[in-house]
Amino acid sequence: MKSFTYERARTPAGAASAVGRTKGAKFIAGGTNLLDLMKLEIETPAHLIDVNDLGLDRIEPTPEGGLKIGALVRNTDLAANARVRRDYGVLARALVAGASGQLRNQATTAGNLLQRTRCPYFYDTNQPCNKRRPGSGCSAINGFSRQHAIVGTSEACIATHPSDMAVAMRALDASVETIRPNGSARVIPIADFHKLPGNTPHIENTLDTGELITAVTLPKPVGGTHLYRKVRDRASYAFALVSVAAIVQRDGTGRVAMGGVAHKPWRVEAAERALPRGAKAAAAELLAGARTTDQNAFKVSLAERALASVLAEAKG
Amino acid sequence: MTIFNPTRRKLLQATAAAGGAVAAGPFAAEAEAATQAARPAAPATVNVLLRVNGSDHQMMIDPRTTLLDALRERLHLTGTKKGCDQGQCGACTVIADGRRITSCLTLAVMQQGHEITTIEGLGRPGNLHPMQAAFVKHDGYQCGFCTPGQICSAVAMLEEVKAGVPSHVTADLNGRLEPTDAEFRERMSGNICRCGAYSNIQEAIAEVAGVKR
Repeated sequence: MKSFTYERARTPAGAASAVGRTKGAKFIAGGTNLLDLMKLEIETPAHLIDVNDLGLDRIEPTPEGGLKIGALVRNTDLAANARVRRDYGVLARALVAGASGQLRNQATTAGNLLQRTRCPYFYDTNQPCNKRRPGSGCSAINGFSRQHAIVGTSEACIATHPSDMAVAMRALDASVETIRPNGSARVIPIADFHKLPGNTPHIENTLDTGELITAVTLPKPVGGTHLYRKVRDRASYAFALVSVAAIVQRDGTGRVAMGGVAHKPWRVEAAERALPRGAKAAAAELLAGARTTDQNAFKVSLAERALASVLAEAKG
Repeated sequence: MTIFNPTRRKLLQATAAAGGAVAAGPFAAEAEAATQAARPAAPATVNVLLRVNGSDHQMMIDPRTTLLDALRERLHLTGTKKGCDQGQCGACTVIADGRRITSCLTLAVMQQGHEITTIEGLGRPGNLHPMQAAFVKHDGYQCGFCTPGQICSAVAMLEEVKAGVPSHVTADLNGRLEPTDAEFRERMSGNICRCGAYSNIQEAIAEVAGVKR
């Protein structure tokens, strides 16, 4: 691990301005992903700003009838929250489908959104990787690609976003609240938060340098049956091959987002319009234009079947 | 004291260091250049106060020191094991403010103000924690390397069940949480046992949880 200096921030604005003015500085909260990457020297911050004392650890109702989740709320606490379990079941289900009990106790809401891909070539510093070293090439496209993306990919990168939580947040139309180094706040719809790889796979989200996530807000509950189905190589503690977050209403309409298939949580409006016609029609829209490798082509049919299974369960 | 005394050990260390630099490849060097301006030339130590198993410990450490390394190398609490050092195996599990965490994925400097409990703090020979006693009774291990992490994890896991934290196998998110074998298996998936003592670990946990057989 490269050496770094360390400080604890006392206010969100102070933390944002400290990262904004310090070259090579990064925030650290749970640390479960950042420290792992620092040990491998994939992340090499020169200065760490510990944000754990910022008091952003509350879950509060919003005036609009939604829920405001502090950036530092641990994954365990978010999944266990009574309002989340009752009104946003898809989120509770997605959270407990991810990582392990230990990691969920450490990992934060904001950190979960910001976690990096688990592409093995991103993790192997001896291999070319456009995300780790822009312009060096992609080792995954002609390499081991069983876990990789099938939609929204580019010639530069076929990595997936590893989060389960973010897939549920996408289905729930969450908003990401931030504060910038100059002290100004803004709200980013989760649909716009994560980026597709394009020619710049190292730029994974819309945050500016030093911009700090302060909260994630959920709109008023939409009712319906909330389901999260995760298909993976082990029964527990593994990243998704395909996951489906669904909120299905009695008339068959609803919302669907997928994980494990793209560089960001994957949601397509046309697929939701097709949802009442069944899984085959909806999956065709969701995965339109899919570009697969020999090793991950199975994800197309797996995604359709996972969706069919979820829709069948929603009917009861 | 000799000026130049290249012992075999020192030569081996030098070789290993050079090998490490080559293995890191050209990319790490570029990342380094990008942040060189701000990086401390030599690691400045920081003063850290850790509260472990009810005692306070003041120490000067490199900020890079993980909680795991501080426990093992500085406090000599070697019950906590370093398995993968990547948060994947659970051997380093300790309890922080009543919650199980992987001590390899947190910095010691971040744990100031928190109450850390390690396997040594749960119980001692002659005065075992019920979970430790149950692991012995049910033979919940073979080599024993994962055992301290399994036990710390299991103790805190049962508290999570009592507190109503749902799991991936919980059928009703809003119903009463039942302590079942399926729940324990799912919740213990962050602790790997390469000897495969899982079924006996399961028996030990079920006994402490009071599950009828």
